Amino acid sequence: MIRFLLEGLLRPLTEKAPRADDGALLELAQKLDGVARRKLGRSLSIREVDAGSCNGCELEIHALNNAFYDLERFGIRFVASPRHADVLLVTGPVTKNMSLALQRTYAATPDPKYVVAVGDCGFDGGVFKDSYACCGGVSAVVPVDLHIKGCPPEPADLLKGLIALLEDPPVLAQV
Amino acid sequence: MTDFLSTMRRGVPVGHARGIARHVVDQGDWLLLIHELGKGAADLLALWSCSRHVHMLLRDRASGEFGVVTLECPERRYPSVSRLHLPALRFERTIRDLYGIDAHGANDVRRWLDHGRWGVRKPGGLPEAYGVITGDPYAFHASRGEATHQIPVGPVHAGIIEPGHFRFTANGEVVVRLEERLGYVHKGIEQLMPGASVTRGAQLAGRLSGDSTVAYAIAFSRAVELALDVEAPARAIWLRAVMAEIERIANHVGDIGAICNDAAFALMHAHTGALRERILRATKLCFGHRLMMDRVVPGGVACDLSTEGVSTLRGLLADIRKTLPRLMALFGDTVSLQDRTVGTGRVSADLVRQFAAGGFIGRASGRAFDSRRAPGYAPYTELTFADGASEEGDVDARVWVRFDEITASLDIIEQSLARLPQGPLRIDLPTAGEAREGAAFAEAFRGEVFAWVRLDAQGNVERCHLRDASWLQWPLLEMAIKGNIVADFPLCNKSFNCSYSGHDL
Repeated sequence: MIRFLLEGLLRPLTEKAPRADDGALLELAQKLDGVARRKLGRSLSIREVDAGSCNGCELEIHALNNAFYDLERFGIRFVASPRHADVLLVTGPVTKNMSLALQRTYAATPDPKYVVAVGDCGFDGGVFKDSYACCGGVSAVVPVDLHIKGCPPEPADLLKGLIALLEDPPVLAQV
Repeated sequence: MTDFLSTMRRGVPVGHARGIARHVVDQGDWLLLIHELGKGAADLLALWSCSRHVHMLLRDRASGEFGVVTLECPERRYPSVSRLHLPALRFERTIRDLYGIDAHGANDVRRWLDHGRWGVRKPGGLPEAYGVITGDPYAFHASRGEATHQIPVGPVHAGIIEPGHFRFTANGEVVVRLEERLGYVHKGIEQLMPGASVTRGAQLAGRLSGDSTVAYAIAFSRAVELALDVEAPARAIWLRAVMAEIERIANHVGDIGAICNDAAFALMHAHTGALRERILRATKLCFGHRLMMDRVVPGGVACDLSTEGVSTLRGLLADIRKTLPRLMALFGDTVSLQDRTVGTGRVSADLVRQFAAGGFIGRASGRAFDSRRAPGYAPYTELTFADGASEEGDVDARVWVRFDEITASLDIIEQSLARLPQGPLRIDLPTAGEAREGAAFAEAFRGEVFAWVRLDAQGNVERCHLRDASWLQWPLLEMAIKGNIVADFPLCNKSFNCSYSGHDL
């Protein structure tokens, strides 16, 4: 065990932080007001909600905690209750059997809060969008601030999207 | 021929069925079969409906032969199987929810996947729409006795895992009953299948349970190929095995860490997490996708493995071979961890046999079933590998069996890379000009995945049923936790790691 512990100390695997995703910054700038952003600051607690995913997105979200991505170094961590959360990270096409649980989880999360929809299913239902049993994406059930697409999105994409939540959004041109 | 087998084969054979023989039996033989099933003459591996009939996948224990028996249900009901063979219960409740075909005489008629939120009843049978959605109440089994209390958990859990509801009845810290309620991630896959091209069918099958995407794609593709009397090219067959075994290793590695993490041993989790990441990165380099989604397609595979890919994989195998013994030692030598895993969540050999539970859950309790060997499929029939096995049936045994399966998978990948033939990667699928059916297994990391596909004359999917190994493993978790403390539930649950999505359809 000592060797394992030493290895972890002497040969860290953690990689350089990626830049926030430009598309994510833009989407956030369009949706979030600066007040909410300042209140949440640079430390975010995430409650993950599987709303009908195939478990593929969950595997890649799990990977964010491994030594290569080490999500917690950015001040972002997963929490066990929506009561403790600033961010809901939602996967799946939102099955009708999960829609009430998702709404309740959303209601239990204190304001201000972000909702991030993960995966092609979370975007619009993906391959399941025409089913009688699915709502067709997270935004059909709760308001979404950021979409991270992919089937499933790779941890690097998830990371770039989540880091965008911490950064100041670009100032949008006034129309 | 045994009595059971001759009864199975006594009905009218279905000429267009391939892969596993299917016979349409009369009600008398159906009753005879379920009577013998209840006495242990056979394994019930699946029970499903194609919206008009019900089908049972059986394995005669004496001969080891597989067969599908079908009962026509013109009155939309059939004699209950669960009345004599309990493991059929959740299948029957599902058939009722999805197709409106009732198991006559069943003891439990509560809805299972249908929670009263779809806006339609019997979506695959004679659908009945309804407007006001309030959700159905669900009557959990009552518990009697002083000093017991209930703990409801889920569907949203504390960790990053799939949703399901667990209703514990506990006496102090000790669990006296667990009742599962599943169906939260029901996506209606069986009703998305009719009319789909086989390409879309494979995409859907590969997303029934994303952690087993390769296994599902193999089972679906093999069923389609069998139905059309074609074989995928040799190179594709061997590449499928390479991908399937990488998937198995990646899942076992991740789960072993997660099990230890649930016993508060984060060090193992950190190292298996890093190893899993190295595996997925190599997979991305070799096959273009970390989880290998949509890489196995009906007719072959959608990507090749380059010469650089082969050396990347060889490097990965060497890395795993070096790391694995150290992880095994870390697991086995850490006394505080062993204190949590040994003797926890025990499943008896009898229960595993009754439920015909496959995968490492069966193998850790003395049931040596592996669909790669029996009924067997290419290329495994040409390979040598050892299965993990134990009689202990506890969390510890399930972890050790998984370690052994990783070693076996390494052997399989090495042999496959050494024998990888050159040649085409996929064939164009012919059209049969008539309705055809295929039934096939693929061994996923949890156990055998079964796919049954009926194609129409144009070669599109008419009906498809996919059965995850979890169907026959979830009920055993309810048994495994009995008498354990509530705090050991995450450990037991993770040591099973049943699929929610794969089960909920």
